[in-house]
Amino acid sequence: MITAERKPLEELIEYVKPYKRILLLGCNECVTVCAAGGRKEVGLLASGLQMALLKSGISIDIRQHTLERQCDPEYVEEIVSMIAGVDAVVSMACGCGVQQLAMRYKDKPIFPAVNTKFMGASERQGVWAERCQGCGNCLLGETGGICPIARCAKQLMNGPCGGSAGGHCEISEDVDCAWQLIWDRLKALGKEESFVEITPAKDWRSGGGSGPRKIIREDLAE
Amino acid sequence: MKTESNLEKVLNAGHLAVTSECGPPRGALPEEVVKKSKYLEGVVDAVNITDNQTAMVRMSSFAASVITKQQGLHPLLQMVTRDRNRLAMQADIIGAYSLGIDTMLCLSGDHTKFGDHPMAANVHDIDSVQLIQMVKQMRDEGKFQGGADLKGDPPKMFIGAAANPFADPFELRVMRLAKKINAGADFIQTQCIFNVDKFEKWMEGVRARRLHEKCYILAGITPIKSVGAAKFMQNRVPGMEVPQEIVDRMAATPKEEQPEEGIKICVEAIERLKNVEGVAGFHIMAIEWEEKVEEIVKRAGLYPRPQV
Repeated sequence: MITAERKPLEELIEYVKPYKRILLLGCNECVTVCAAGGRKEVGLLASGLQMALLKSGISIDIRQHTLERQCDPEYVEEIVSMIAGVDAVVSMACGCGVQQLAMRYKDKPIFPAVNTKFMGASERQGVWAERCQGCGNCLLGETGGICPIARCAKQLMNGPCGGSAGGHCEISEDVDCAWQLIWDRLKALGKEESFVEITPAKDWRSGGGSGPRKIIREDLAE
Repeated sequence: MKTESNLEKVLNAGHLAVTSECGPPRGALPEEVVKKSKYLEGVVDAVNITDNQTAMVRMSSFAASVITKQQGLHPLLQMVTRDRNRLAMQADIIGAYSLGIDTMLCLSGDHTKFGDHPMAANVHDIDSVQLIQMVKQMRDEGKFQGGADLKGDPPKMFIGAAANPFADPFELRVMRLAKKINAGADFIQTQCIFNVDKFEKWMEGVRARRLHEKCYILAGITPIKSVGAAKFMQNRVPGMEVPQEIVDRMAATPKEEQPEEGIKICVEAIERLKNVEGVAGFHIMAIEWEEKVEEIVKRAGLYPRPQV
């Protein structure tokens, strides 16, 4: 999923201060799962903002709503009348949702309430970690199901650097060495010798090197 | 012989080679490069010129290599994949070769986290193994990485790579070396060796795959100045292994005699490593202590350097 973290309240106050009526818009997808911008977080932020603003003598009408998916034009269309009634929107979705709103409601100020972080997975309750960088040409089949692009701090594709120690990356004891994980998996699979195969320089065009990417499915596109 | 590199000539003639390194200054101070190169003149076969080592901005390896060359020494251009993409690196390779630089070391580089620009992007368009492949393709096929032909004479670079026998997983370290040799490494400079036993064990694995016959292995050596430096390297430098007995030996030495003790440890290590089959020479990294390299080389019986 796409992970996100809420921005500090002070930053959000600066965004909304000039307005009388705002819409706080959550999203029911990834940001709900990572507890950054779902219905619950919309409610919490609304009261947090309200209290902080009142302390500064500012009164703003904060309306709340959560869409099924902010990155989908169909759902974004649902809120035409709601948008008409407010001066600005604070989106609690990832960057994709914020942009979807900005493209649809061209004359309405839209602000992000979260910092979109990475594509990751849940390690345990309350902990998410990066797993994929969307390089567009998956090599997990060759690396035992562990991604060196997303998980090696140097994106090394041919083995661990000289800083791997005790299973940790040289940058932090809190970070696993991706190549230690890959090596452990190759051993478990009996594929140790495949390590000697050189992975050639990557073609980054599939990974954004040739500009913003798009998928067009002819069988589905209207 | 693949190149005109002095280092290749020395190794090819069967001599134990000696290299050392010079870290360029953090400013436009060519006189500092000249000063450091004077310490190494006639003492080593090539001088590694580091490339923004420890992820701190310094005079470029390319510029400092040219200054070193002007002093009559043989620079060994270090290149890390952290700071530049493949276009920039290839441009520097042909630029350096055009100015008479014929030996280089391919590295991935220390992470930016450790330097003074932790906010910078890590490029890593390619990794160190792919950099070796790229230089070899430029040299042997006259082709850029993207496939187009180079114009004129290909850059005849003697290609080096690094190996760290002390990093984990240990069992992977020989295979990682094999990968670099298969990619095209002609010579290897290892991480500083303090744990000679472990290095010997690694070399057993190297010989078992006959890698020492495919590539020259220069053993990395670093003199320790003080017990403080020993502890720092033991605890704070990623990928470095300093056995407790070395720290204890330094600690048991009076402060003013510690530099001499450090040199002694280093000379003893060289003497022991000379007997390890497959060691083709020594890479002496006397960090900010370049003036001691001559003494180490002489005391280790590696002087005078062969004229080839």
